[in-house]
Amino acid sequence: MLTLDGLRQLLAEKLQALYVHVEDESHRHAGHRGRHQGVGGHYRVQVVSPLFTGKTLLQRHRLVYAALAEQMGQSIHALALQTYSPEELPASEMSHIEIA
Amino acid sequence: MLDPLLEEKIREQIRTHKVLIYMKGTPEMPMCGFSYTAVRILDSLGFPYTAINVLEDPELRQGIKEFSNWPTLPQIYINGEFIGGCDILQEMHARNELRPLVEAAFAKADP
Repeated sequence: MLTLDGLRQLLAEKLQALYVHVEDESHRHAGHRGRHQGVGGHYRVQVVSPLFTGKTLLQRHRLVYAALAEQMGQSIHALALQTYSPEELPASEMSHIEIA
Repeated sequence: MLDPLLEEKIREQIRTHKVLIYMKGTPEMPMCGFSYTAVRILDSLGFPYTAINVLEDPELRQGIKEFSNWPTLPQIYINGEFIGGCDILQEMHARNELRPLVEAAFAKADP
């Protein structure tokens, strides 16, 4: 069973993330087929990682998926992703993001 | 392992469509919020696109994930190039990077 803390920790470790914010949005997909089949949750994830510096969005999302390879399609059904390098993170967003 | 015939079929789909989305459901009736958001963005560009409903084809539904090395749907290809999923499409659109890409695809001769 994947907890929000577990997901946060995985991302923090594997992506050397400075900040990770995870929200469980499964309730928004309550009628979703995947949920009935127990295929896993829907999560919204914001990650700030130095690994993202100089990378395209595609490369960044691939890094996140690679970090969660064992969970994708198992305990995670869907991920909404926002990825930032430390330089990019708008100061206004910092306050919304928890320290990992 | 991706079946070679399926791989060839996907390759051909991508090669012959300038803007292509593999999605759950149809543009008229998307079956997932991410697919819904993606087609609304494509709609807003005003260029034609082709949507392939992976729910009608279980092999393709799994195969496209292996082909793109991408674990989720929808998946968007423009001009033969993999763009990513809904979040990337949304972010590129917000940065005004999406339209130029689609315009460039249509400026090119038909494949």
